[in-house]
Amino acid sequence: MDWEVILSDALRSGIGPIAAVYALAAIGLNLHFGYTGLLNFGQIGFMLVGAYGVAASVSTFGLSLWAGVLVGLACSVVLALLLGMPTLRLRAEYLAIATIAAGEILRLFYRSTWAEPVTGGVYGLQQFADDFFDANPIPRDSYGFWLINFSSRDLWVLLVAWGLVALFAGIMALMVHSPWGRVIRSIREDEDAVRSLGKSVYAYKMQSLVFGGAIGSIAGMMLAIQNQSVNADTYNPVETFFLYTLLVLGGAGRVLGPIIGSILFWAVLTFFDSALRQAIGAGYISPDVLSAGEVGAVRFALVGLGLMLLVIFRPQGIVGSRREMLLDVR
Amino acid sequence: MRNFRLLVPLLAVLFVVLAPSVAAAQGDEVVTGPGFIDRALQSLLDGIQFGAIIAITAVGLSLVFGTTHLINFAHGELVTIGAVVAFFLNVGGLGLHIIPAALIAVVVGAVLGGLLQLGLWSPLRRRGTGMINMFIITIGLSLLLRHVVLVIFGTRPQSYREYDIQRAFDLGPVGITPRDLAIFSISLLVLLGVAFMLQKTRIGTAIRAVSSNRELAEASGIDVQRVVLVVWVLGGGLAALGGVFFGLTEIITWDMGFRLLLLMFAGIILGGLGSPYGAMVGSFVIGIVAQMSSLWFPIDLQNAWALLALILVLLIRPQGILGQRERVG
Repeated sequence: MDWEVILSDALRSGIGPIAAVYALAAIGLNLHFGYTGLLNFGQIGFMLVGAYGVAASVSTFGLSLWAGVLVGLACSVVLALLLGMPTLRLRAEYLAIATIAAGEILRLFYRSTWAEPVTGGVYGLQQFADDFFDANPIPRDSYGFWLINFSSRDLWVLLVAWGLVALFAGIMALMVHSPWGRVIRSIREDEDAVRSLGKSVYAYKMQSLVFGGAIGSIAGMMLAIQNQSVNADTYNPVETFFLYTLLVLGGAGRVLGPIIGSILFWAVLTFFDSALRQAIGAGYISPDVLSAGEVGAVRFALVGLGLMLLVIFRPQGIVGSRREMLLDVR
Repeated sequence: MRNFRLLVPLLAVLFVVLAPSVAAAQGDEVVTGPGFIDRALQSLLDGIQFGAIIAITAVGLSLVFGTTHLINFAHGELVTIGAVVAFFLNVGGLGLHIIPAALIAVVVGAVLGGLLQLGLWSPLRRRGTGMINMFIITIGLSLLLRHVVLVIFGTRPQSYREYDIQRAFDLGPVGITPRDLAIFSISLLVLLGVAFMLQKTRIGTAIRAVSSNRELAEASGIDVQRVVLVVWVLGGGLAALGGVFFGLTEIITWDMGFRLLLLMFAGIILGGLGSPYGAMVGSFVIGIVAQMSSLWFPIDLQNAWALLALILVLLIRPQGILGQRERVG
């Protein structure tokens, strides 16, 4: 077992572009779940419309990348309004089920033969983000430290992705400490009290859903751009559960929660993955018990177990406050 | 508000009338004439049968929600575990016939449901874990169980040894295989049995009492913990049975329960959250919508249309077909 490889794998994954994308999506989810108490189980649906907004605008309709970003944002706003209008007046469970259903509907439609002329069906779309990589100001070279190396292309992606995370974390910090943020948090604590003060709970919940969804769609765009490809099957309902896991891990209802959560989540996950593979390769685990192909499944099972233990024993995560996370369905 | 009741069938009719013309406008082939009627009847029959399987799994989920207000995301995994246990008894070393294998699977499902209540949910409730936290715990449990099944069962879809391929009975325009007819009859009997239990027996009355008001039921001397345990055992057993049926009619995969779970949710919301009869009615509607949509649309969109029906109902009649009006905000 080569511990240096395992640790550098974990570190690379923790600071990598995927961790940044998940941190960004989780910042949006944090606004929904952590601050407003909305149970959005379809954040992946927002990521999907954002990603396809960019990809289809550029590949299929020949628009520029910036126009694609606007299309993606517009799609996410429409999706949030469509989901929010029927469900935000109802009990919390309705939004939960409607959003998870919507995420799955979108995935099925985007990958169907029906939508193939626009979305590329099961093959998805590729090579639409050349504008983004052409704008790379970093000189061609290899950058890195220890066992970790990034090309100038990787570094550019990382810079933009983590830049967006920092930008939205900053905006979020300003928003939740504004009067608007106080109303949002009091909706989480006691909706009826807020209503009795003459605030329209429905309107505030809707604003939260739209804004958090838009951040989710930007995360989806970043994911699509850095891969230079979209495929509907990447946007599985399970990914939303990952977002919840890392949000609870970091601490829901805290500005830094999703960022710390995402870095740790991916680092720990990759650590296990790499360690298991090394252990199988070195013969510490017999292939009869666990083959290399099953490592992925074990990883998911560990995420599930981790989520359960976290919520049971430390629902506030690393930086959260326990008092704020004793949520109940109203 | 009563007029809204009319809107649902109206929209359904509109959908049926408009859909072929939409398809025609797209230049797809539209089959008309007697062939179409036959195909429509056949997919209606398939839909009712698919609905029956969703219904037996959804009833348990609905009863659990009714008595505890917990949305159990791990219910789909009980379905998968039922199907997989029956598979290993059937095809694995023991080589049991599918009928005893199914019975054992139902017992395993019931025991698992009971153990989850005794070992996980009941202690959590005593700790004072919030409802939303419990909800997220079911998601973790679902991920854990599903991927444990994946490691044990593998990714390859499998079938049971018996009743794999059968010749269909010819009933005029439609056909049904003896296997599917038997499954459908048993499902109906089970659903009727659940309804009878809920209406006529002491424990059924107690379940309904706890569903409608937990505190009041507790104050009237009903042992709520026992009722909830019975509901979990019943839900686990029904889920396992549904899993075996689904595995018989379609195929056994490691994520079949999760795919079915969304349809169960759709059926439950369509029928009315917390009403077991609503869950039955809603599941049939979902099954029929899923199967009949393939008359006009690609078959890979079946489940998407069924889930879309859920969103439509939320827009028009959020309390569902048989649900009570309950509004927040």
